[in-house]
Order: sequence, then structure tokens, then C-alpha cells
Amino acid sequence: MRTREQVLKDLQTRFKDDIVDLLDKSPKRVYMEIKPESIVRVGSYIFKDLEARFNIASGVDARSHIEILYHFSLEYINLLISLRVKLDRKKPVIDSLTTEFKAVNWIEREMSELLGIEFKGHPEMKRLLLPDEWPEGVYPLRTDYEEWDKNAIRDRGV
Amino acid sequence: MSFAVNAMLKSPWVFHLSTGSCNNCDIEILDCLTPRFDIERFGMLLVGSIKHADVLLVTGSCNRKSAGRLKTLYEQAPQPCVVVAIGECSLSRGLFIHSYNCPVPLDKIIPVSVYIPGCPPKPEAIIGGVVKLIQKVKGT
Amino acid sequence: MAKSVIPIGPWHPLQEEPEFFTLTVDGETVVDMDVSIGYNHRGIEKLSEMKSFDQATFVIERICGICSTSHPFAYTRAVEDVIPVEVPDRAKYIRTIIAETERIHSHLLWLGLAGHFLGYNTIYHWVWKLREEILDVCEILTGNRNNYAIFKPGGVRRDFNMDDIPLVLRKIDGIIPTVDRLKKAILDDPVLHARLKGIGILTKEEVIDYSALGPTARASGVAKDVRKDAPYGAYDRVDWDMIVTENGDVFDKVVVRVLETYESIKIVKTCIAELPGGEIDLNIKDIPPGEGIGAHEAPRGETFHYIRSDGTNRPARHKVRAPTFMNLPTYKATVIGETISYATIILAAIDPCYCCTERMAVRDVEGKRLFGGPDLVKLSQEKTARMKREMGMP
Repeated sequence: MRTREQVLKDLQTRFKDDIVDLLDKSPKRVYMEIKPESIVRVGSYIFKDLEARFNIASGVDARSHIEILYHFSLEYINLLISLRVKLDRKKPVIDSLTTEFKAVNWIEREMSELLGIEFKGHPEMKRLLLPDEWPEGVYPLRTDYEEWDKNAIRDRGV
Repeated sequence: MSFAVNAMLKSPWVFHLSTGSCNNCDIEILDCLTPRFDIERFGMLLVGSIKHADVLLVTGSCNRKSAGRLKTLYEQAPQPCVVVAIGECSLSRGLFIHSYNCPVPLDKIIPVSVYIPGCPPKPEAIIGGVVKLIQKVKGT
Repeated sequence: MAKSVIPIGPWHPLQEEPEFFTLTVDGETVVDMDVSIGYNHRGIEKLSEMKSFDQATFVIERICGICSTSHPFAYTRAVEDVIPVEVPDRAKYIRTIIAETERIHSHLLWLGLAGHFLGYNTIYHWVWKLREEILDVCEILTGNRNNYAIFKPGGVRRDFNMDDIPLVLRKIDGIIPTVDRLKKAILDDPVLHARLKGIGILTKEEVIDYSALGPTARASGVAKDVRKDAPYGAYDRVDWDMIVTENGDVFDKVVVRVLETYESIKIVKTCIAELPGGEIDLNIKDIPPGEGIGAHEAPRGETFHYIRSDGTNRPARHKVRAPTFMNLPTYKATVIGETISYATIILAAIDPCYCCTERMAVRDVEGKRLFGGPDLVKLSQEKTARMKREMGMP
């Protein structure tokens, strides 16, 4: 079995040109920033060759840009690798990982409707959580979200 | 008192509807049916279709996707049909009042007869609430 | 044959939560399936960003009523990962005890509902009666049956009252005989064998592909459990086993859950016996800027929280991933190809019927008692034995 050092070294040499930054935060957590165009290559390597489990992806609106963190856990060395990609806030586009494994299907749908990230190549991009009457182009998890519904009641009436 | 209302009070059949709750209230409703509380001894029965029901037990904070369907269901219910709001969420939306997906409280969508507060209300409170409902309809 | 579409939900009599399944069937066989969720979407991630770190615990607790310790557990661990700190020992044990009592009541709840879905309402009523004892334990320990409000970043909010501990232990010991009886009733029942074995099989490869979690994965032979893989709380100081079975069908999922109940009882008892003294809270005042991740093995699988702090007293981003988010898409792998009658079991939806045989007594017209509760149990055991003989089971 590989050790933690071997895994990290292997990733660093194999994806020398893709990795922008590597933050070794603690024995159990590693944050690795990569270029957005490399996500399919790096993501599928970690999932398939390193036999990681895909935890989830967190989309974050960081005001200046949009970030996605893909969290993978490697149980055999008790390590959680978070792949960070930074996208342009005006037009966030990234390749879909659904071609590689099925676990990302729903979370990509969720990020697309709540944060407005476009996933190229997703097979069934439709709404997951929000209702049909929700207006296009309004993304509730963006920091600049404002109430669009004029009929909403936000006081308790007392 | 009409025949229908009299029959209803003898054995109110309830239909349970969750409109975006955390499940706790729903479980406490189911709990009422199980041996320790056993509301079936009062003739109350949980039914599977709104068309058989006299009482609508609503839990949850009425999110956008549920609210429209809730209204449709209420219109399908045979009259007289009374609505019981169970739990803080269906009373005032509780913690979720500022949620983007919960725009209006339950009583602005359909008329509510009895409110049972609590997060979640204990089964005793739910039974107490339904008993109050019966007294209210009887006018005692 | 023409294909037809069967809608199930959003409020089907058997689902307590609203979700909408569309089954496309060809004759009896399910050929396609779609799930529409969002009837429960309340925007908790956004709400949590409006609250302070302390208040957010209460929002998080109300994500799910059954997992009302799992989410706060993962959330507080995520906040503690931002700083980073280790909570005091006593707080770790208290957290573990609450989390495991929750697992017992959650597994019992599921077992009862599973019995109910199959039309086996005896199990449903037995189990839910038993579950009340565990809810009593929760009420004694924390003050509430659900939504315990005991977690806070840096420790726990309240200490146990040590005078209550003997009563708690008595109650937990008291449920073991009933769980034994239940285990026998479920695992030896020929009807359940006939209905659940080989149904809705989820293979190991599918589990990995969908990244399924918890008992769903462990029933398919994927030995993954956060409590073992990345120990936290008091899980590495207590001796317990991870339950793994190989077949991946519905029956194995039942087996995993029944056996896990025993492990949880064991963990609770050991933790109570070894409960250390000392502080229960670190009194964390400020959360520095940074990121943190927390996970907890909830009854249904791993709960995952990601927190980003920008140095203010509110989370800048809070991502919540509940286990069902990963487990629900596997329905697609298990249901397609099965017939509708099995699909409904796998989706936990068959026609409801309530009865309560537990305290039933059969009387003749004069009111003379013919059979009481124990006689009925005996009769049903005789029938089970007869059926097992006829089916050639050991």
C-alpha cells in the first residue's frame, strides 16, 4: 500500500504542470489547487488509480472568483484531498466529471442551479432542488443574491 | 350539527402532509400511532389518500415546490376538512423565515384551524391538539 | 408492449418525506426511473451563512430530525478543524454517547418502517415501542426526545447529570432481550427471506462508482466507516466491530442495521462506564480565517461539512452533504430491471395497512378469552416453523 508521502509525491510529479499550489494543512487534510482545464485528468486519476472515495464538491462564491473544491478521501492513509479550481465569476465554466464516475452527477446539477456554474458535457442538466417557477439567472448561493419574490412575507406579523 | 360533522368527530381520519419539514414532526405523528401512544383507540386513523381524510395534518415550512401542491390537495379534500398545523415550521416557519425557498407561512396558503407548537411537539401535545380540535368543532 | 409511466409521490402514503419518483415500466418490469427532489429544500446553507457560528448549530440540527446529532457533530468538527483544536475528553465521550443512542433509535426506526413497508406491521409496532425506550434515554440525558441542542463548537453545551446514569443503563439493558427477539423474528423469518433475498442488488463496483455510503455500502462488502477510517470522538478508545456483509441485497441491508444496533449498544455502555471527568467545553471565542472539513458517520452514512471562515463570527460558506445525497442515486442502479412489486420494496413503498397485533386478544361471543398475547406469539412461532420446514430452511 502507498504511504501518504508517496501519494503526494506521485501527484506532484505526475501533474507537475497542472498543480498551481499545494497546501499541506494538517496530517489529514491537503488542499491542492489545479488549473480548471486539468480537472478531468486529475480527478479521474485520484478516483480511479488512487482508489479514493468522492466525498462531495463544494462550490464557493469568493466574490472575486468562483471556487469549486472536489473532496476525495483516501481511507487507507486517512487523508482528505481537496482539489481546488478557481473560475471566472462572470462566466464560470468547467468540464463535467460525470464521464469518469457517476457520483458527481447530482452535485454538479446542484452547483449549476444554486451557483450558476456551467458543466460542459453533463448528460442530464436539469434542476434538482429549485422549483420550476424560479427565475433563470438567479442563483441563491451567490453572495450578491437579492430577494426577487415581491410576494414573500419575511416578518412574523407581531 | 350535521351528520357528516358528527361522524367525523367520532372517528377523525387524518392525512399527513410534510411540506419541507425536518422529519421530526412526521416521526412524532407516526409515533402517535404506535403502541405507547396509540391514537387509534380514539378512532383516529392515518389514511393514505386525502380523499378519505377529515383532518389534514401539515408539518414543515411550505417551500415553493410544495406550496402549490398543498393548495391542490386541500382543494381535493372532501369538506368538511380541518387543517392542523404541527410544529414551529408550519406555524411561522420558525428558523426558516428568511429562507429563499420558504416565501409564505402555511396559514396564508390554506386556512388553519388548530396550531400545535413545538420543535418537534411531543406526541402528547399532538394528541392534546387533536382533542382541542374536536372540542372546537363540537362548540364546547 | 407500450411503456407506461407510474408516478409515486410526492406524498405517497408510505413516504414520510416528500419525494417524487417516476417509474417507466414495460409490462411489469421497470425500464427507467427518475427521482425529483426539492420538496424539502429550505436553503439551509444560505441560512447558516446568516447566523453566527454558535447559532448555526441550531439550524444545522434541524436539517434532519432523525440525524439531529449527526449534522451538528460534523459541523462542530469542521469548525474545530478551522482553528484547529481538540475538544476535552469528557466532551468527546458525551458526543459519542449521544451519537450512538441516536444510531440505535434511527436503525430501529428504519427497521420498523421497513417492516411496515412489507406489510409486516407486527415488526413496525414492536420496534417503535422499543424505540420509545431509547427516546426516553435521550430525554434523560439531554432533555429532549429529538433535537438535543447539546453540541457546540469546542465541546458540549450541558453535562450529564450523573444521578441519571443508573436509570439510563437499566433502560439500555432492558432493550437487549427485545432486540434479540426482534433479530430472531427478522432474520429467521422465511417470508422475509423469500421477499428480500436477491432483491435490489447493489454491486461493489456500483457502490464505488456512486460513492455510496454507510450501511448501503457496507451491505455490499465495501468496508468503509468514518468511525474506523478516520477515528474521532471516543471511537478509537472503545472496542467495537464494523459490520460488513457481501450480497448487497435488501436483506443484507437489514442484517447490517440489526447487527449495528448491537455494536451501538456496546459502544454506549462502554463509554458510560469509562466516562472521564474534567472540562466539557473549550469556550472558543474567535474563529480565525481558514477552511475546515468535518465528517461523522451518521446512521445512514458519512455526513460531510465544509466550513470557510473569513474571520468574522459567521461562516463565509457552509457546505452540507447528507449521506442520502450519495445513496439516493443508487436507486437507479438497483431498481431498473426489477418488477414493480420489488421496485416498491426497494423504494420502500407498498400499500399501507395498520394493525396492532401486539396486545390483541381473540375472544369468543360470550367474552371468554381464547388467546392472549403470549398464545398468539406461540401460534405465530409455530407457523414460522412450519413454513421454514416447507421451504426447506435450516
